[in-house]
Amino acid sequence: MRYEKPASAKEAAGLLAKEKGAAFLLAGGTDLLVKLKMGMVEPDLVVDIKHIAKANEIQTTAKGFNIGAAVPGARLTDHKALKKAWPGVVEAANLIGSDQIQGRCTLAGNLCNASPAADSVPAMIAAGAKAVIVGAKKRRTVPVEKVAIGPGQTCLGSDELIESITLPKPGPRTGDAYLRFIPRTEMDIAVVGVAVCVTLERGRVKSARVALGAVAPTAVLVPAAARAIVGTSLDDEALEKLSRACSAACNPIDDKRGTVEYRTRLAGVLAKRAAKIAFLRAGGNS
Amino acid sequence: MTHDNSYVEKDYKVVGSRVKRPDGVDKVTGKARYGADVSAPGGLVGRVLRSPHPHAQILKINTAKAEKLPGVKAIITSADLPDLTDGDQGMAHILENCMARGRALYDGHAVAAVAAVDEQTAAKALKLIDVKYKKLPHVTDVDEAMQPDAPVLHENMFTRGVEPAPTKPSNISARTQMGYGDVDAGFAEADVIVERSYKTEQTHQGYIEPHACLASVNPDGTAELWVTTQGHFTFRNVCSKLLGLEIAKLKVTSSEIGGGFGGKTHVWAEPVALALSRKANRPVKLVMSRDEVFRASGPTSSTSIDIKMGARKDGTITAAVAEMRYQGGAFPGTWAMLGCMTAFACYSIKNNRSIGWDVVVNRPKVAAYRAPSAPMAAFAVESTIDVIAKEIGMSAIDVRLKNVAREGTQAPYGPTYGPIGIENTLEAVKSHPHMRAKLKKNQGRGVACGFWFNIGGQTCVDLNIGIDGTVNLNVGTVDVGGARSSMAMIAAEELGIAYDDVKANIGDTASLGHNDTTEGSRGTFSSGMATIFAARDAIGVLKQRAATMWGIPLDDVEWQGGEAIATGDMHSNLPALTLKEIAAKSGRTGGPIAGHNEVVADGAGMGFASHICDVEVDPETGRSQIVRYTVVQDAGKAIHPDYVEGQFQGAAAQGIGWALNEEYIYGDDGRLQNAGFLDYRIPVCSDMPFIDTKILEVPNPNHPYGIRGVGETSIVPPLGAVGNAIADATGVRMTHAPMSPPRVLSALDARDAG
Amino acid sequence: MSNATLVSTVVNGDAVQFACPTDESLMTALRDRVGLTGVKEGCGTGDCGACSVTLDDQLVCSCLVLGVEAEGRNVGTVEGLAQDGQLHPLQEKFIEHAALQCGICTPGFLVAAKALLERNPNPDETEIRYALAGNLCRCTGYDKIVRAVQAAAKDMRKAKRR
Repeated sequence: MRYEKPASAKEAAGLLAKEKGAAFLLAGGTDLLVKLKMGMVEPDLVVDIKHIAKANEIQTTAKGFNIGAAVPGARLTDHKALKKAWPGVVEAANLIGSDQIQGRCTLAGNLCNASPAADSVPAMIAAGAKAVIVGAKKRRTVPVEKVAIGPGQTCLGSDELIESITLPKPGPRTGDAYLRFIPRTEMDIAVVGVAVCVTLERGRVKSARVALGAVAPTAVLVPAAARAIVGTSLDDEALEKLSRACSAACNPIDDKRGTVEYRTRLAGVLAKRAAKIAFLRAGGNS
Repeated sequence: MTHDNSYVEKDYKVVGSRVKRPDGVDKVTGKARYGADVSAPGGLVGRVLRSPHPHAQILKINTAKAEKLPGVKAIITSADLPDLTDGDQGMAHILENCMARGRALYDGHAVAAVAAVDEQTAAKALKLIDVKYKKLPHVTDVDEAMQPDAPVLHENMFTRGVEPAPTKPSNISARTQMGYGDVDAGFAEADVIVERSYKTEQTHQGYIEPHACLASVNPDGTAELWVTTQGHFTFRNVCSKLLGLEIAKLKVTSSEIGGGFGGKTHVWAEPVALALSRKANRPVKLVMSRDEVFRASGPTSSTSIDIKMGARKDGTITAAVAEMRYQGGAFPGTWAMLGCMTAFACYSIKNNRSIGWDVVVNRPKVAAYRAPSAPMAAFAVESTIDVIAKEIGMSAIDVRLKNVAREGTQAPYGPTYGPIGIENTLEAVKSHPHMRAKLKKNQGRGVACGFWFNIGGQTCVDLNIGIDGTVNLNVGTVDVGGARSSMAMIAAEELGIAYDDVKANIGDTASLGHNDTTEGSRGTFSSGMATIFAARDAIGVLKQRAATMWGIPLDDVEWQGGEAIATGDMHSNLPALTLKEIAAKSGRTGGPIAGHNEVVADGAGMGFASHICDVEVDPETGRSQIVRYTVVQDAGKAIHPDYVEGQFQGAAAQGIGWALNEEYIYGDDGRLQNAGFLDYRIPVCSDMPFIDTKILEVPNPNHPYGIRGVGETSIVPPLGAVGNAIADATGVRMTHAPMSPPRVLSALDARDAG
Repeated sequence: MSNATLVSTVVNGDAVQFACPTDESLMTALRDRVGLTGVKEGCGTGDCGACSVTLDDQLVCSCLVLGVEAEGRNVGTVEGLAQDGQLHPLQEKFIEHAALQCGICTPGFLVAAKALLERNPNPDETEIRYALAGNLCRCTGYDKIVRAVQAAAKDMRKAKRR
């Protein structure tokens, strides 16, 4: 297995483009090394992106935030401005694994591993995050909800890598939240994940984005769920509609972590709870 | 010299205090060496090839390609492990479990093994071994395996304990029955009769250290094995037998052990490693991966249990019947029989009957897990008692007290109890402040009891006094949780010297006579007893030396407070001789001073516990959180209270994991789906509250200090305690463990549907 | 050894060089190449924390880091906690509070607890439990471990004030 540590995203893309064998990107390694240990992958080339200067930065701009692809979850919590603007995204990223995992895992890695149950993805989707993708010949920006196209599959070409994740600057009276259901208190893969982002106007939901995780082949943005609460003050009736819309959007599988029935049910339960938190964070009255 | 093992009440100077353990520094600095922490010059890496099929005939194993791979030094199959078991069926099963013989009996069953120069080569070699399987129908569920049309694992298995003996083979290895009285008459007397059926899923001991060993066999028949084990002497006996080695020529050294809980009392990888080393003529290090530990070591039984219990309105249980089905994995075991012994052991029930069915299925061979078979039976019995309590309107504790076993009660399996502590634990629970803690919304409280008998067994201890008066204590029972400090404390107590002057050590098999495995809560009990006797032995010698040094008769010498005292008017002017002074002169008074003891420690005491559990259940998700937990257990005598508490807390945490989330998940394809810590969910730190403990001491009359084994009992009550707490919180009676969120939510739905 | 790479790194303050295959984890490299067996393999897949080390003061599972990634970085293992024969307060408290039974998880807990206290010198019980959720213990039920961390934190805060 060859190991390379390019100094720029362009150089990384070039290495990927040239490689005839199996090439893998390495950021935090919390997915790649597990697959290596279990014999699920046999890379010919591993491209370590942690030596790309830009990939390690969190930039605050007028438009929002650019989070480098190599920034570990632990650093997201420490970034006061990011945590203040997008507490849902930060708390979602912080739910991935343990403190040890947090020391290494990345938003980009979580996204590109494309597990349907990835914790940070629904929250990124709800926040309107985008992925800045660099290839050997071009750059493009893709909304996060379009990156994963199936379990373990992304829209990235064989020469492409994510350079950074961008988050917009949250408008006034905007709040986001992410909740997941796991049987223990930590260390489990999400059985269901729900992210809600709301923007309020005069105490009512002006706009919303609701995303679900672990209930479909990829994390999904659920416009019907958003519609259920737009224009409302998140009263009980609106919450019920939200809950039903989320359950209706579920298309999960039965596996050792949850049945179709259980996941579908819990998506509705968590949607209500997440929406209430987002509402409060946006400055709404309980 | 024979010694009296009767309990004698005394004031203790060292025993009962909280001293620092001798192996603590090594363990906190990373110096302590566990199974995988040693290497040998020229050592090879061993890896095992395992069946991916739950049940299959092995038609052919072609190792030719693998053997040609550069760096591969030996490949073995069952052909390299000839059957030397000589009609001993138990040994034959161990042999076949370690390496498949013509058939794979579970997903993960070892079929071949490789020794190579490094990890990468060994892994490559495994891929090059070509095994041709013929898949056979499989069965993994205990109830399904008992059906007449179930695929049969062993054509020579005819259920024992059934009259007339069956003529068709089946998966039922044995039927056991225990109890006494007339249950029909008992039920006729009852005002209330409750019948419930329960299921518990398979769990694993979950020790954090995987099995690991370093084996080195020489052409002259001598061999060494460094291994993480609960019983190096037992391992020596088994490995010698299977490999055709002479016992004295196989030296087994126990490494520090990273958890066992019964799962390291048996061999899996060790005979394989020895066979590889013998073939390769080089040392072989064989370490199991976490995946292999789950798939191919020894988890517990999964069970299916029916309870019928009848009681009068005054709370007296007039009759109780348990019918219990336990699977032992692919080879027969006596797990259901153990369940029968423990099911009603906490209570005095005039008419009781336990029937046990031991069954085989296509799963790994079951091994003991801390109070084996008792937690499942207790889940069923403790849950049912609470149902009875509710039906007659009596408190859960009072019903138990009404029926509690006492000295003179006959245990369901025959013997009569001596002084026991279960009533004391229930009274302590009743008056414990935990019972008065306020419960919030969605919270409930449950109580349950548990029992485990502690065994004694063969023990051998050496005590040697250095010329500076410090003492080496060589014990043969592996230290799984801090017993080294307890042994040293006992030796110090007996000799009358400071704890810091005694260094306890676990000797290898070449240095001591046979010691049984550390299991059955016997470690402190039996090695403690042998230590006491070895110390008294040494005191005999010390007195003799003092007599020599003074030139007085031995009868005029006593040992008190670490010194020889000359008694009698004639010698009153002789100053006392300390142990240190006697030791310093030992070279001139007769040589090294030592004490020794071999004993089959008998008279182990029963250990009883009562637990209190508070749980909060999320009504919308079914998720339970343990909010408060208390363990009250009778230890007989707590040599080192910290370590006794540690056993209480650790056992309770395992029981809680079993109650809430731990289970083996097999697919319809008969393959284990959750062979890792990600999806085999043991409690993590944030899942647990502080576990309050209360040590009771009802002395065991058959031990000089009154010690009862403590390690196992507290894994028994939690399943019942959690189930009873959930019932209190939600009104729902859970009958399937683990009581995971989807199961609880289903039960809540059923309750709401009315 | 296929694709052996020479790695120059600093372990517990000492300059160290080792050669390892590129696909070997830091955990295996520390154990087998550098000889530091305080790092334990409980699972090899980041689920148990027994292999915890710090990488440039960041707590990580060494089984999820490639050995070659240690190049030019600072690795901290349990062997680096004691200084000049003086045990770290955490090590002392673990012994004092009987926070270990078999001890296999102890190195991982010590490294993780040290990282916690460096980040947060006064954690409450919940913070301690969640910070240590990545370290599995099967022997103790975590009770005495949490108490030992609380006691060490208290001592360390006292020492700082002097």
